[in-house]
This record gives sequence, structure tokens and C-alpha cells, in this order.
Amino acid sequence: MLRLLIARLGQAVLVMLAVSAVSFGMFRFVGDPVSALSRENATVEEKQELREALGLERPIIVQFGAFIGRIVRGDFGISYRNQRPVAALIAERLPATLELVLVATVLSLVLGIPLGVLCALKPDGVAARLVQAVSLIGISTPTFVTGIVLILTFAVTLGLLPSFGRGETVQIGPWSTGLLTVSGLKALILPSITLALYQLTLIMRLVRSELIDVLSSDYIRFARARGLSARHIHFTLALRNALMPVITVTGLQIGSLIAFAIVTETVFQWPGMGLLFIQAVSFSDVPVMAAYLLFVGLLFVLINTAVDLLYALVDPRLRVRS
Amino acid sequence: MNRVVTLLAAASAAVLAATAAGANTVRWSAPTDIATLDPYAQTESFTTAMLHHVFDPLVRRGRTMQLEPALATSWKTIKPDTWRFELRKGVKFHNGNAFTADDVVASVTRLLDPGARARGNLSQVIRAEKVDDFTVDLVTKGPYPLLLNDLAGIYIMDKEWMEQTGSLKPGNIATGVSTAASTTAIGTGPFKLESFKPDAGTTMVVNPDWWDKPAHNVTRIEFKPIKSDATRVAALLSGELDLIAPAPLQDLARIGANSAFKVIEEPSLRLIFLGFNQRDELRAAPGQKNPLKELKVRQALWQAVDLDAIQKRVMRGKSQNTGTLVAPPVPGYDKANDVLPGYSADKAKALLAEAGYPGGFKLGLNCPNDRYINDEQICVAVAAMWSRIGVQTEVKTESRATYFPKQDRGEFDAFMLGWATLPPMDGFSVLSALLTAPKDGYGGSNAMGYSNPEIERLTREAAVELDEPKRRAMMIEALKIARDTVAYLPLHLQPVAWAARQGVDVPQFPDEYVRLWFAQVK
Repeated sequence: MLRLLIARLGQAVLVMLAVSAVSFGMFRFVGDPVSALSRENATVEEKQELREALGLERPIIVQFGAFIGRIVRGDFGISYRNQRPVAALIAERLPATLELVLVATVLSLVLGIPLGVLCALKPDGVAARLVQAVSLIGISTPTFVTGIVLILTFAVTLGLLPSFGRGETVQIGPWSTGLLTVSGLKALILPSITLALYQLTLIMRLVRSELIDVLSSDYIRFARARGLSARHIHFTLALRNALMPVITVTGLQIGSLIAFAIVTETVFQWPGMGLLFIQAVSFSDVPVMAAYLLFVGLLFVLINTAVDLLYALVDPRLRVRS
Repeated sequence: MNRVVTLLAAASAAVLAATAAGANTVRWSAPTDIATLDPYAQTESFTTAMLHHVFDPLVRRGRTMQLEPALATSWKTIKPDTWRFELRKGVKFHNGNAFTADDVVASVTRLLDPGARARGNLSQVIRAEKVDDFTVDLVTKGPYPLLLNDLAGIYIMDKEWMEQTGSLKPGNIATGVSTAASTTAIGTGPFKLESFKPDAGTTMVVNPDWWDKPAHNVTRIEFKPIKSDATRVAALLSGELDLIAPAPLQDLARIGANSAFKVIEEPSLRLIFLGFNQRDELRAAPGQKNPLKELKVRQALWQAVDLDAIQKRVMRGKSQNTGTLVAPPVPGYDKANDVLPGYSADKAKALLAEAGYPGGFKLGLNCPNDRYINDEQICVAVAAMWSRIGVQTEVKTESRATYFPKQDRGEFDAFMLGWATLPPMDGFSVLSALLTAPKDGYGGSNAMGYSNPEIERLTREAAVELDEPKRRAMMIEALKIARDTVAYLPLHLQPVAWAARQGVDVPQFPDEYVRLWFAQVK
């Protein structure tokens, strides 16, 4: 077990190095911050001076080395655009993104599991067919279209919900939360639905197929033969086993949701990390982009490692293989 | 259905407006946010416009863009390279500190620090000297006619506050130093900063102790950046906002058709034009003579562009075609230079044949796709027009983040650029950055080899000419040469378009600044 843990951590470090190398290499192609930072009338000399000050003239490998050196010391630098420490910027934006992702995840589980069960138990019913059809639409509509349609319906036409932003937030130490005010909760509704839609359909389809599998297995047949009630069989025996993969997928999806909240955050002007990243891209704010990519990379590595280790704990066969 | 939507929107707007936060609040939105509250740490027009609510400059732009006294009441040149400014007495910063010459000296010193990103905005000033508590001398690198223009964009900070917060020196992105000035702002301006949450919103409240007589009745400003165009328009229509600036061109008709809202528009100072590689060979055809070096070829390309079609179809009739490189309100503009060549594909073909390219040639046209209004569509239209006369044009568009560095390095054959002459708002910026060769501080954005000895001479003379009529005559002459030699191909002034709910009166300015100290709200 310990050997496995060490091996996994070693792999995680390698992955992080690869992520930072790739992201750093990418910055050579996303433009050079000098023009974004210069005034309209900047002279050639001014731009050259800034380029040298930022160390952009050094060989790329030297720049990368310096970058890794700073990261290891825990120094993520300061943003080119607003001159604030990048670590503080990310910490400031993390609560908004995490709350959005949390609400979206809860939403997709609360709706996805019952709908999946419905589709599995009554596969030929009208309701199940309808849900299946709607889920296809949900999975194939681009996020920004969903978002705009929701805004037009609920904010512009009905005037019920805000079309952008987080509403009023409450500051609890370093954490800003929108869960404690009415306007904050209202502001969460549309973006979380938009973000949850894809995951909801995914969970629904997964629950449905797993449950159909489990229901046709031997132990369910024996349970039926023993005359146990249908409810007990469906919800206690079958669903429990069908939900195992759902837990895994949800865990892995949380990483993706944080990473892919970018579009939803842009449509709803949700002041989270995704919006921070998008702004950084259009201003070639390299320190912010680098830190964001590293952060997201770290998140994936942590989640995947945790899932691997949990599996190894649960399933002895995997330990032998590793 | 549309009528129902409009009625509902109007009704909900009325309800929301009635329940809006207190009296005379302006809730407005723009696509970008304030970069930083530190006025010397950025060079963005938008941030400068926002900070103008909190800070005052020594000299400001008035209701008709004229330069007028602000924190300085009068000025004179005591030597060709020294300007003396008398300062306004009895002015208080938002923290109660008195405004004196010490604040001006500390501010200018901070701005001239090598770490200050905005240092270039006052590049001709060497130092500020205190004469007495309300008199300051600014020493320039020789005679400098545009000092007042520059000062209009330089905000004065409080020396005591800078000392207390350790921000006497500006932040520096090269060394990774950041200061308190990035997140707090204490000025002398018409509004006080109440809160600043990046990407979420900024609030300001009226400053009752402002030194000037307010021409506005706004008590509170709530600014919310909204990057997405569609969301910004939706938020206006749903009554969550009172003003959006800018409003997307494609939505103007829809917003204007709704009686609860109005659209305000005028041509801005930003002039969109095309530039040419004028070195010995094209990047598209190395080893061959560059056809763009031929005056007749450039004239042909100009005559081949159907400006009216672009104005009508691409810009929806909102832009203003131009034949020169500066906008009418800018010094250096002359009506005689602003003549369109007249669209004629036949004449253009004849000119090409005269230049020795009867069969045309291959050309690449590069454009940004997220910087100017409808930039990509304009380029696609121009390419089609050029192809019609035999110049097979291939369009490549990309994001501003990668486009401008390439433009800076001179990697394009034909390209698009926009120029607003801001902050100085003077034609000299076009001469010194675009029409002169890149050396000794000139030609900062001219990386494609255009140079003309007459323009070089006139620009250097205008740079030190303190006699305004003479200086303008020099600029007009230089811009005439630029037009005659087709240094660039001017297209149009892009519009500045805002949308607001009825009852919000905000004057528009060609520099696109939102100046809410001129706003009246009901």
C-alpha cells in the first residue's frame, strides 16, 4: 500500500511538471504581454525595455527554470495587468467557482438519480421516453446557448431572476459566500442549472444503464424469488450497487466542472476562476494563466490519485496489479 | 410575441427602477473591468476613464473636450523647457488631507519611476519642483507643446497616503512588487470609491466636498463589468442596469425600438485603417519586388475599396468614412485632407496595369477579430474587393493577444490597425508613432518600413513648436503628404454607441470615456 502511495505521488509530480511545461510552452503562442501592456504611443525603446524587464529576451528554457524555481518557493508572481499577487487573485475567485460547482453537482445528483431510476424501471413509459429525448437536447446544446436562453426567459421576459453576477455576498474570513443572502441564492439558480445540465444527463444515463444491468443480475432474481417487495429490491439492493460508479464519475466530474465553468462564468459574469482565466488570456497575463493551469492540473491530479487509492483500498485485486 | 416581451421588459424595468437602490443611482456596465486602481500602473483607456471619477488631474477635458483648469488654476511657460502651474487652494482629498504642491511633486515623481507602467504618458517631463505650497514647476526635455494634453490623463495622488501605505514608489511587474494603490484609491475627484471587487463590481458615492460645482445629480455609481455582449444587453432590458457602454451594434435597432430605452451614438476618435508592408519584398513572395512599394498599386488598392458598402452593410450605417488619418475633433485634422478617393474598380484595375501588374498579385491581409468593431467582417469585405481587381487576397484573423505582437514585429503584408490618439488627443501621435521610421523614440508602431523625409522633418519640428497655429500647419502638411503617398489606407471612424433607460442623460464623448459627473438621472 505504501509503495503504491509513493509510486502514485511520484507520478503526480511528473504530471504536474508536464502540465507546467506544456502551459509554459503555450504562452509563446498566446502572444506577448508587451503589446497588451503598452500605451498606444509606446516607443520601440519603451517596449524593448519592458520586454527585457520581464525577462522575455532570455532563452525559453532559462525562463522555464526560473518559473519552476519560483513555483517551488511558493511564489506565483504578480499579475501583469493589475499588479496584485496571483495567489491572492485565485484565492479571491475560488469561493465563487466552488459554490457554483457544488450547487451544480448537488442539482445534477438530486435530479439525475431519480430520473435515471425512472427510466430504468419503466423504460417504455411515456415519462421515460420524454426524459430520454430531453436529455439528448441537454447533452447537445452548447453551454452559452443554454445560458442565454435561460437569461432571456427568466431575467428579461419574466423578470424573476438576475441575469448576471453573484448578488450580495457575505464575507466569512477569506471566504465570500452567496449562500446566505436571498439575492445570492437567486443569482445562483441560472448559472448552476446551465453548468449542471450536461452532468445531469450524464448521471441520469449512467444510473439508468447501471440499474438495468444490476436488475438483470442473479442476486436480484433470487431476491425476487424469495418474495421480497419490489421497493426493497429496487431501492435497497439494486440502487446501492448501481450507484457505485456514479460516485466515481461525480468525483471525476467535479474537476471537469471547475475547469469547464469558464463558459458559464463568462455568460453570467460569475466572478470565479474561469472568468479570471479568460480575462488573463485576452490580456496575455502570463502569471495568472500559468497559475490557473497549474491549479487545475493539480486538482485533476489530486482527484485522480484519491480515486486510485480508494479503489486500491476497496478492491484488493488492483493492489496486486500495481 | 415581441411586443409582449417588450411590454414585459418595460414593466419589469419600471418596477425595478422604482425599487432601485435609493435616489439617483447609476447602475452601468462595460465589457471590461478596471484593471487596477493604481493610476500609474496601467495604460488602458477604460481604466483611466473610470479612475477619473475618483481622481482629478491638474488639467482636464471639459464638456466639449477642451482643456480646462482642474487642480491647477493657471499655467505659463517661464522658460522654453519649464512650465509653472498655480494650484487650486482649499481642495481636500477624500481622506480629509489638504491638496498642496507636495502631492503634485510626489505624484509626478512616482509616475516617472522606472517601474511605473504609465511612465510613457509623461515621457517629456524630467521632474517636478515645488516653488511654494501652491506653485509647482514642471521641467521638460526641451520645448514641449503637448504638456497640457499629457497632464489631462495624469491623476494626482495624496502624498501622506502614499507614505502611510508604503506606496510612494509604484508597483513593478518586473520585480513582482505590488502596492496598496492597486486596491484602494484616495483622490480629490467628484466621487469616492466605496468598494472594488474585480469582475463583480465597483461602487462609488458622491463626494459632497468636491471643489467644483457639480453639473450632475448622481449620488451613487454601481459599475458592473459584463464581458458577454448578449448578457449585458439582457441586463439592461431586464431593468438591472441603467446604462450600457458600449452597446453592441447588432442590438441597437432592437433596443431603440423599445420605448423604455434609448440609444446614444456618435463617431468616436478611433480611426480604423489598413497598413502596408513597404519593405523590399513581401512576406508572401520572398525574392520578388514588393508591389506595395509602388504608389500606383497603393492608390489602386485604395480606389478598389468600396467604403460606402462597408459603411452600410458591415457597419450598419453607424460608422463615418474618412480619407485622412485623424478624426475631425483632433488637432491636425484638415477638411482638405479628408477627401475620399472615390470607389472605382475600373480605375483601380487601370492603375494596377500602369504599375506593371495587369494580372494582379497575391497578398495576405491580417486582422484582429476581437479588437475593433466588426474587424473581421471588414477585412473579409476588403479582401473580396481587392480580389475583384485581381489582387488575390488571403485573410487571416486572430485574437488581439497574438495579433498585435506580430504587428509590432512587422510580420504582415497588409494589416488592420485602429488609432485614437489617446490620451493626448493630438495628431502628433499619428505622426510620431505611425508615419516616422522607428528610431530615437519615433515610429513606435511603424514596423513595416514606411518613411518619408518630409514627414520626418515636419514631425521633428512640430515636436518642439510652441506656437499652436504653426504647429497645426506642420501637422496638416505632414498628413497631406501621408495621404498623397497612401502611407496607410484610411477606412472609417468607428462609432461609440451606448444604450440607456429613459431618464438617464449622459453626454457622449468621442474618446468614449463615460463621464458621470455630467450625468442627470431621473
